[in-house]
Amino acid sequence: MANDDTRSQLTGVILEEQVELTLAEISRSCAVHAEYIIELVDEGVLAPVGREPRGWRFSGGQVRRASMALRLQRDLGVNLAGVALALELLDELNAVRARLNAIAGK
Amino acid sequence: MEFKDYYKIMGVARDATQDEIKRAYRKLARKYHPDVSKEKNAEARFKEVGEAYEVLKDAEKRAAYDQLGANWQQGQEFRPPPDWNTGFEFSGGGFTGGGAEGFSDFFESLFGRGGFGGGRAGGFGAQGGGFGGGAFSTHGEDRHARVQIELEDSYRGATRSITLRVPEFDAQGRVTTREHTLNVTIPKGIRAGQHLRLAGQGSAGVGQGKAGDLYLEVEFAPHRLYRVEDRDVYLDLPIAPWEAALGALVKVPTPSGTVEMKVPPGSTAGRKMRLKGRGIPSATPGDFYVVLQIAVPQPTSAAERALYEKLAAEFRAFNPRDKLGV
Repeated sequence: MANDDTRSQLTGVILEEQVELTLAEISRSCAVHAEYIIELVDEGVLAPVGREPRGWRFSGGQVRRASMALRLQRDLGVNLAGVALALELLDELNAVRARLNAIAGK
Repeated sequence: MEFKDYYKIMGVARDATQDEIKRAYRKLARKYHPDVSKEKNAEARFKEVGEAYEVLKDAEKRAAYDQLGANWQQGQEFRPPPDWNTGFEFSGGGFTGGGAEGFSDFFESLFGRGGFGGGRAGGFGAQGGGFGGGAFSTHGEDRHARVQIELEDSYRGATRSITLRVPEFDAQGRVTTREHTLNVTIPKGIRAGQHLRLAGQGSAGVGQGKAGDLYLEVEFAPHRLYRVEDRDVYLDLPIAPWEAALGALVKVPTPSGTVEMKVPPGSTAGRKMRLKGRGIPSATPGDFYVVLQIAVPQPTSAAERALYEKLAAEFRAFNPRDKLGV
């Protein structure tokens, strides 16, 4: 096992707050066709800002959401509506878990 | 290398039908899917189940696997028989599901490797993984890792040194691991669950392709005092019974320093007091919540016991269980 010592100081950007992507960029980032992203928007899984697909802007967090949708569909054999439902329930579950942790420290 | 009992992993009998195998897979995949599961080792289990299914769902691979015989035990030291692979043709492109790069040595010794392009620290699923070949170019893969920081780091910003283990393929195609240490600036105001993107710090590209990015998922180390919900921070603050009854000015520790807070007279346990804007910093900063707890001093001397007895006598009419109807 080698150890390289490239210790320059790296500064990142916060994906969820400081990154915005176009339809083309989010498609490339998830390695899918734009049509798939459009389907996710139609199903309400992704919520870009802007009206027309050409003017859509996706926040950075949506990249993760799109790849999660992709993995759930591929790995679990659920359809798009099922993915949308699963993601909504997961959001809710995570919010409840965070709440519980804040209240009870569990 | 260790023998893998794919039937045991899937929890099915050796003579299970393809439908039974599919049902077992679907069930286990839902249980251990890393995006959904909170099970321990979910990712490792999910990979293992995916590998087992990759073999058992495919009549050709299943037949070849069955030919090894039923006497092997899960985890037993295994070497493929010398005549292995004669009479079986694995076209190489037969990997349907994603993530073939995460399969075990055992799998690879039997069925070959499904294409390179691992290198995702803790990642899973296929995404832009290039299959080796001639002179073509492709972007390097993004890598993902978790980094644990202190809550205080988010209040002030910090520098963290992060060591990642990066799998690489040498000239012979063997996987080696390299340690890669990065000094990363943690920006002020970052919250648990958010991702820090470090451009160009993912896997190297192939040919003219650009390197991928590195994504660091941030989580807070459990804190001795504070709990965090999104931008808001909670603290349990013990106060004395007389402070609760009479009101008091008390000192409160916060991640940005000690502050003084007024406890109103007649406060009860569980009362939540908000210190506005003292949560995690941001354009709209979170709030800091103080949850009051009443600490009861234990009487140790005769004089202290007498004081409690006097208190009891004075408050004879007080029934703390009034609302319970007893």
